[in-house]
Amino acid sequence: MVSDLTHIHRLMSMQTGDEKHDWSAYSTLDVLWVLYDLVLRYDAKNPRSEERDRFVLSKGHGPIAFYAILADKGFFPVEQLKNFERWEGILGGHPDRNQVPGVEASTGSLGHGLPMAVGMALALRAKKSDRRVFVLVGDGECNEGSIWESILLAGNRHLSNLTCIVINNHSSPLDLGDLAAKFAVFGWAASTINGRDHEQIYSALSQVYPDRPTAVIAEIERKQS
Amino acid sequence: MTITMRQQMGLTIEELFEQDERLALVLAEISTDFFRRLLREHPQRALNLGILEQTMISVAAGMAMEGFIPVVHSITPFLVERPYEQIKDDFCYQRLGGNFISTGGSYDYSTEGMTHHGPADVPILRNLPGMQIVVPGTPREFDRLFRAAYANGAPTYFRLSVTSNPVEYPVTFGKLEVVKRGTQATVIAVGPALARVLPAVADLDVMVLYCTTVAPFDAGTLRAVSESDNIVLVEPYYEGALVADVCAAMQHRRVRIETIGVPRVVLSHYGEPEQHDEAIGFTPRGIRQRIERFLYS
Repeated sequence: MVSDLTHIHRLMSMQTGDEKHDWSAYSTLDVLWVLYDLVLRYDAKNPRSEERDRFVLSKGHGPIAFYAILADKGFFPVEQLKNFERWEGILGGHPDRNQVPGVEASTGSLGHGLPMAVGMALALRAKKSDRRVFVLVGDGECNEGSIWESILLAGNRHLSNLTCIVINNHSSPLDLGDLAAKFAVFGWAASTINGRDHEQIYSALSQVYPDRPTAVIAEIERKQS
Repeated sequence: MTITMRQQMGLTIEELFEQDERLALVLAEISTDFFRRLLREHPQRALNLGILEQTMISVAAGMAMEGFIPVVHSITPFLVERPYEQIKDDFCYQRLGGNFISTGGSYDYSTEGMTHHGPADVPILRNLPGMQIVVPGTPREFDRLFRAAYANGAPTYFRLSVTSNPVEYPVTFGKLEVVKRGTQATVIAVGPALARVLPAVADLDVMVLYCTTVAPFDAGTLRAVSESDNIVLVEPYYEGALVADVCAAMQHRRVRIETIGVPRVVLSHYGEPEQHDEAIGFTPRGIRQRIERFLYS
């Protein structure tokens, strides 16, 4: 499975004015593309539809790939990308749910998005909805205590409607060891994939386990200095 | 039979839970005995998550995003101070409604030491845009104020206390109540402070306003009824939280303000809450002395 992301690169460049994509954003590009192109259910013209799957960019950092894909999929006009981080724009350095169509949660402070996604998953279960919740965290974000509180809680609650994607671009200052093994001992179905391989991404994100939340550790190459 | 504010919380939430399917209860192991039936009969929206207070607030926010009206409850420092950033980011910044009910105001947990004290709760929450703050003085007042505000779409903090005022007032959310008329000063008594203020000023020519909604503050009533430019704030948490609101309300007058409440010091003693009251002068006698000094010396 090969996807040409040239048009997304162009939309990312519209925001920054150059082709040197922020590493935090570029690390998420392939996973977000496959998620929005093939996996996630949504209606860009009705972004708060009850029938949608939810996606939370937990780390909030580096949103230009996220914004580029939302624009490409029709959530807001592509022209908005030119106003990235500008006074007159809606696209900030971290996403705001009250300004950007398609953004479920305002994030930026690390360690908030995953527990909010756990709350969404619990709420969807209470509403007897079959929709799924996807949440993307960074490996650096996995230093935060609230991430591990939430991993413990989601495993205990058997939140099968929750999928957590860890973008492991090796930015964590602490050695996280085998992340998939850690998720597994907290009660998750966890796998490690190549975060640039669209077939592996699609396969991992399509999996739902009846009694466990899903963790996908997406390995990304180290940033070249 | 008299009940505590905490017991009233259990009764009020339990009754509303049956009437309003939007309500969700989110606990972190505290007060589970007060909600045993809800936790048993409504396991999908009455949740005891475990001892994880940061996640408790964020989970409640996630549920609010899905249309629920969360009620989050814990002991004051674990509800307000530990997850303060979660309240700020996950409720205020997201513009979500939700209810945060604390137990153990200031040094109510006097025997447990300062880790379990919470006199900073109202002052720090007052800094959050959109945050409503309610300080009831009796269990029935909590019931009345909670029913009035819980579903109004704003994040709302309800501060419960161990001590209650002996007299109830027909309080209204967002309004100051005039409980005594007078001309030489206007004393604003917040929540359970009223029980100390009324005996302190019984024979003084001062007005007493009873405040159970700290935010939004009822500036209009203060401006309209106060006959004096001497304002005395008596607050049962760190003193002076309402100074900015009083200044804003009285901005065209030259007001003098005295703040009486909990001083910002490390409290190293244990014992009973009343012993702490005595030590810091938060008693009718201590409040009387402060007001007399403010007015006459």
